[in-house]
Amino acid sequence: MRRGLTWFNATSVALGFAFLYLPILLLVVYSFNESKLVTVWTGFSFRWYGALLNDKAMLDAAWVTLRVAFLSATIATVLGTLGALALVRFGRFLGRTVFSGMIYAPLVMPDVITGLSLLLLFVSLDLDRGFWTLILAHVTLTMCFVAVVVQSRLVTFDRSLEEAALDLGATPTKTFFVITLPLIMPGVVAGWMLAFTLSLDDLVIASFTTGPGATTLPMKIFSQVKFGVTPEVNAISTILILVVATGVIVASLITKRREVERQKAERLALQG
Amino acid sequence: MAANMTSADTRGSRLRWLVIAIPLAWMLIFFLIPFFNVLKISFSTRARAMPPYKPVLTMVDGLAGLFDKLQQFTAANYLMLVADSKYWLSYVSSVQIALCSTVLILLVAYPIAYGMARAPRQWRTTLVMLVILPFWTSFLIRVYAWMGILSDEGLLNQLLMHFGLIDQPLRILTTNWAVYIGIVYSYLPFMILPLYATLEKLDETLLEAAEDLGCPPMKAFWKITFPLSLPGVVAGCFLVFIPITGEFVIPDLLGGSGTLMIGKTLWYEFFNNRNWPLASAVAVVLLLILVVPIVIFQNQQQKQAEKAR
Amino acid sequence: MAGMAIGPIRRSFAPWNDPSAKAFIEFRNVTRSFGDFTAVDNLSLKIYEREFFALLGPSGCGKTTLMRMLAGFDAPTSGEVLLDGQNLAGIPPYKRPTNMMFQSYALFPHMTVWDNIAFGLKQDGMPKADIAKRVEEMLHLVKLETFAKRKPHQLSGGQRQRVALARSLAKKPKVLLLDEPLGALDKKLREETQFELIDLQQRLGMTFLIVTHDQEEAMTVADRIAVMNHGKIVQVATPAEIYEQPNSRYVADFIGEINVLEGRVSASPSGGARLECVAAGATVETRQQVDAKPGDQAWFAIRPEKVRISRDAPADPSVNAVPGEVWDIGYLGDVSIYHVRLASGATMKATITNTTRLVERPISWEDKVWMTWSVDGGIVLTK
Repeated sequence: MRRGLTWFNATSVALGFAFLYLPILLLVVYSFNESKLVTVWTGFSFRWYGALLNDKAMLDAAWVTLRVAFLSATIATVLGTLGALALVRFGRFLGRTVFSGMIYAPLVMPDVITGLSLLLLFVSLDLDRGFWTLILAHVTLTMCFVAVVVQSRLVTFDRSLEEAALDLGATPTKTFFVITLPLIMPGVVAGWMLAFTLSLDDLVIASFTTGPGATTLPMKIFSQVKFGVTPEVNAISTILILVVATGVIVASLITKRREVERQKAERLALQG
Repeated sequence: MAANMTSADTRGSRLRWLVIAIPLAWMLIFFLIPFFNVLKISFSTRARAMPPYKPVLTMVDGLAGLFDKLQQFTAANYLMLVADSKYWLSYVSSVQIALCSTVLILLVAYPIAYGMARAPRQWRTTLVMLVILPFWTSFLIRVYAWMGILSDEGLLNQLLMHFGLIDQPLRILTTNWAVYIGIVYSYLPFMILPLYATLEKLDETLLEAAEDLGCPPMKAFWKITFPLSLPGVVAGCFLVFIPITGEFVIPDLLGGSGTLMIGKTLWYEFFNNRNWPLASAVAVVLLLILVVPIVIFQNQQQKQAEKAR
Repeated sequence: MAGMAIGPIRRSFAPWNDPSAKAFIEFRNVTRSFGDFTAVDNLSLKIYEREFFALLGPSGCGKTTLMRMLAGFDAPTSGEVLLDGQNLAGIPPYKRPTNMMFQSYALFPHMTVWDNIAFGLKQDGMPKADIAKRVEEMLHLVKLETFAKRKPHQLSGGQRQRVALARSLAKKPKVLLLDEPLGALDKKLREETQFELIDLQQRLGMTFLIVTHDQEEAMTVADRIAVMNHGKIVQVATPAEIYEQPNSRYVADFIGEINVLEGRVSASPSGGARLECVAAGATVETRQQVDAKPGDQAWFAIRPEKVRISRDAPADPSVNAVPGEVWDIGYLGDVSIYHVRLASGATMKATITNTTRLVERPISWEDKVWMTWSVDGGIVLTK
């Protein structure tokens, strides 16, 4: 009950993190396994990474996935930021309940439903399924996550900063770009990163909404996994984990350093 | 309060209108309207054509043609869901698995979140980041990792046999046990984070006050900490229960043929049997089951957002 | 901008007494409602050029709404707001010649002190060289020349307050609006800054409008104060008038400490006001003209420092005197406040200045005392 870690708190946190990280760790370790059998360790090797480099289908899928993730995350960030502004700033407007419902529902909506309904829409509209339908689908899914992340930043935003800008003669549009946007930027960036990884990660919705020629990496991994566990999947998973983990850790280190510098500056200001 | 601040400024209000209209239109077209489309197709019949259902309403039919086609709509798909036990058992089992795993996740997540919230302040951000980090790595890959651990020759069985706890490999993969493990593992962060958020805000002097007034720590937990963390508990439960009910990847990869879950049923109906109308009916009923929890979840999220303002 | 000798001029500064003076800011029958709640209720007010005007009242009295209507962040439901003869209706905040210093200061955290001060000038499209000159001028004015490159979080509270002030003054607004400008400062710094504000306002010759809930602050800085309650103005007057001649029990009670005795008006032989305070057991006479008939209910209000306290009965105990028993003594160092229990059970306060370093008091607990006051000591209020 006291501050600090009692043995109970320490144990539960340690066990919890072990549970969260052990499977991932094992996956990474076995990606360097010489053997074709995933579960039997025979020796250290980069064999499967080499195999990956020659697997053109896998590399193509990775390239498609990256492009889809980049484009859809960018569009979703713009739309999601607008959505967050509409939710936080415009008080009551006609259809607000429907609107906020449409922002929150996709967060929990099972992927199979979203995927199926988007596919049937594309078929009804007679759109050729492929790269662009995939982007439409991913924007729809991820913009809601962006909206929620940006919203949490906006609600703590001091409105008097905008009022001060207006008071000093900046038009509402200028105020948004010079004051509001720079200050909610951390939220917008976090929203973009979340949208990017969600798109990178998605299997179900992509399976429904994509077409020939636009197979994504998760789809590729899924079909390989269905045939059985292969070390090559371990290798690509390891690369993905490394890329994402590096990105997230670097991003959070930067924010943390800024925070520390900020606190230091504040302490100095109080003394001086 | 500042609602009418720019009322005189038409350029401002046009801009304001656009800010609402663009995302609203997008979500209407790509999220809300498609559901009605699914509803329509769920009353169609399967066809050997592209699209693989009929009737297909088109503009060229004219009114008479439209009326003729309307008569072709049928409730047969829904009757099928009731008649064939495979379908309604899938629903029952999905909800059952979702409920049980929600409780399991809560039991696992609470001590972790509690421990994190009581950790020294300078560690907390790092701990939160460590919880989020696996969430950033691929869901599919994390489920796949468990396949390697739980299989007959997998690490868990190797370990258990090595220590002589069992002589024969335990069959875990392709059973519901594996499904539960996979679900708890994958959805754990979604429960830890809202729980941590409420527990971290909890004023520790409340517990000191309770102890000061003669309440022993264990009792103080149930009388003070737990009730105050309920918003986090509720948010976390909805956040995991709803998507688990429609989960496809985990039961498909970790479960066996005996694992009935509606997400899997829908997927097979759509991709393997190519019965789009039946898959649509499955989706409509699933949505009906989930509509109440989804609405409660939305309201709760909205209230939280308003409160933060 | 140079320090002129303004003192003597200031003393005669009273345009509100001049019927021919033109109002600089005018609220005409302004009402602002939010749904069922009326924040400002049919309010009319004139403020004159170069005046330091304070809106004073408890939170929720409508003072902030009134100021925000002038700045353009809020619009009247009905009525007009005029500035320098111009109706402000429909003019957005970024086109109004007013600038505001926000309660939270609202300094842009991602800009340096220099950029914060230059922000408003840039919006006007001022040439770069002029902006630089003006910003330097402002930095000099608030004595922050060496802090130009800092960001707001690298400043102390007092420095932030001065940046906010410089920023809102940079554009030479027709009116400077100050929304609880000193609320975030500690007591000592607040008092210093109050005098700096007065000095600045006189040197710049500008019109200042301040919103505050702190009566001492309003009394210190303002030429005139409007005391507000429930969206209405209760009294507009100079600080001295507000203190010495409150027009109602509300104002008397809101500003400083005061004793209030309830009574009925009776015919006065001297031509002033006479009040029979039956419950307190006192008869009160003042030289004031009161608009009330004999028998009407009225209240006698007197500040504790105007009450004399003595163990001896006065020469004439029938008028402006009341007996009681010392119930409690609050020792504040410079003064002591005596709480005296009257026969009716009510308590009256009297403040005694501690002119000598006496540890033993001439009057002590449970002493039977007499409280007396002069005919000019208190005031009879009819509402």
